[in-house]
This record gives sequence, structure tokens and C-alpha cells, in this order.
Amino acid sequence: MAAHSDHSNDFHQTGEIPKAQTKVIWKTFFILVALTAVEFLFAFTMDAGTLRNAIFIVLTIFKAFYIVAEFMHLKHEAKALIWSIIIPLALMIWLMVALISEGSYYFDSIRNYFN
Amino acid sequence: MSTSTTLEEPKTGTWDGGNEPLKASYGKLMMWFFLLSDAFTFGAFLIVYGLSRHSHLPYTGRPEDFQFSTEWWPIPEKVFNAFPGFHGVDLPLAFVALMTMILILSSVTMVLAVEAGHRMDKNDVQKWLLWTILFGGTFLGCQAWEWTHFITGTDEGMLMADGTRVFGANMVMNQYGPPLFANLFFFITGFHGFHVTVGWILLVIAFISTVNGVYHKRGHYEMVEKIGLYWHFVDLVWVFVFTFFYLI
Repeated sequence: MAAHSDHSNDFHQTGEIPKAQTKVIWKTFFILVALTAVEFLFAFTMDAGTLRNAIFIVLTIFKAFYIVAEFMHLKHEAKALIWSIIIPLALMIWLMVALISEGSYYFDSIRNYFN
Repeated sequence: MSTSTTLEEPKTGTWDGGNEPLKASYGKLMMWFFLLSDAFTFGAFLIVYGLSRHSHLPYTGRPEDFQFSTEWWPIPEKVFNAFPGFHGVDLPLAFVALMTMILILSSVTMVLAVEAGHRMDKNDVQKWLLWTILFGGTFLGCQAWEWTHFITGTDEGMLMADGTRVFGANMVMNQYGPPLFANLFFFITGFHGFHVTVGWILLVIAFISTVNGVYHKRGHYEMVEKIGLYWHFVDLVWVFVFTFFYLI
């Protein structure tokens, strides 16, 4: 695949069309399918619990990485662009973890209010 | 004072705006930052989902004995177990697996269209855009079916304390569990479905423009690339919705 940032592809329309480079794309596709299949394997063979949820979340992050890095091409962008996307998202994951544990606390305090 | 107007020379100095630190075009950059803000919105939805779920009682009994109750949060496998054409058959998560596959496939055909655009291969762009439109439309159809089933409910419904039965789901009440469960289902999958619809319309516009040779005359297929970014983002959101709503 040609780099997005340069203009090496701005040749004239009369030029010959180069051959498609789709190897990386299909490889990414098979990784995504395999990860989803593994998720289903765990969903049906393992009892629900913290460990299974952790496995699901890790596999999801892997899938997200492949979609963002390869399909959205972020891996091949400038470093500054990569970080300006990753850092805000990392902060949001922090917020997510914080508020979910807050939810557990809220539940506990409601349930034990009259005890 | 001179009154003649001269075309301003483009500034090329490092501190004159000639520098391009992110090495991406304006349009692509803005799409990235829009998607980042959109990720915040979806993140907020998933945060609310996690918080609501943790502030409800989980089901602690054996999964085989599971019954719908407003007392506890439902097990997703027991809610999403229907498949069109297999009425009454317990097929946990089968339909959502199909939907996931369709959306991942549409993402692949989208990236193939972008790749064809880099090569200025108009025919290939058309072909892959058409596949993406097809898969995207199929996904939307699947979601419509999923919603219909969720709203209509199962044959048994949920037995209430006063002996009546509740079937299906709405914003006030649902047979699957606490009212918040259905509300969040409608909001999260609905907001995602809305995004897919918008993306689908953009794809149709891009396809028409490609057929008319608009991008070819322009000399680049960056519009396809930008719509591609959006489309992959929609797929990305689904990956998270799928994990947090259907698996966990």
C-alpha cells in the first residue's frame, strides 16, 4: 500500500493502473475474524466471571488495534497525529474504569443503606 | 499606499505556516478529530452502561436456571438468542455473530475501495464501494430485525408478581430485566445504527460521484478515503458494543 502522506500517486489519469496490493488487508481481515471466533469460543466454553470478561476486553483491544492501525491507517501516519488520537482515548478509558467502579460502590451503598 | 493587488505568495517558512507537522490533509485531519469527539460520545454511552450495570444486582444463580426478572441484570446470551427463520430455537448470539461478520466484511471491502482509489482504478473503486454498500445495507436490515424482535419479545414473556405477563421491550418496561437495560440497548445500538445509516448514505453519494468520474477528474480519491475512515470507525464502535453489550 502506498503511503498516504506523500503524493507519489498523483500520476495522470492516462497512466497505467498498477496492480492491487491487498495482502495486508486480507491478513488483517483474517486476524479480525480469528479474534472474533476466539471470543465466541470463550463465550460458550467458559463460565462467566472476571477472568472471562478480562479475556474479552483484551481481545477487543486487539481487534480495535488492528482496525485503527491497518484499516484506518493510523500506524503509518505521523507520530504527532498518532499521539493526538491515542492520548485522549487513553484518558477516556481511565474515566470508564473509574466510573464503573463507582457504579459498584453506588450499588453497595444502596443495598447496605439500611443495615 | 499601493492599490495594486498581487496574489500573495504561499508562505513556506517553518513558522509561517509552511510546516505540516501532522502530514495529513486538512480534510483527513478534521475527520480524525471528528471521530475522536464521536468516540467520546460512544465512550460516554458505554460508561453509562457499565455504571448502570454495576449498580444493579447481577444474576448469581446457575445459567441454566436463568429467568428474566427486573431484580437482576439479564445474561445477554439469554436475551439475544433468536435467529430469523428459527422461531423458538435457542441460538445464543448466533445472529449478532452474523451481524459482526457482515460489518467486518464491509470494512474490508471499504479498505479495498480506498486502496483502489490510490491506484486511480475507477472500476475497482466502484466495485468495492458497491460491495460495501451491500454489506452496510445488510447490516442495517439485520439491526432492524433485531430491534423488531427485541420490541416484540418472546412467546413466554416475563411473569409479573400480579400474574400478568410482559412481552417485549419499550422505554418504560421490558421483559428482559431492569428498564435501564432496554433503554441502553435502544440508545447505544440506535446511535450506532444511526451512524451506519449516515455512513451508508455517504457511501451511496461517493459511489454516484465515482461513477460520474468526479474524483477521477479531481485527480485523487481522497473523499473515498475520508468516508472510509468514518466507516471503519463505525465498525470499531460495533466491536466495542459487541463486547460490552453482547459478550460481557
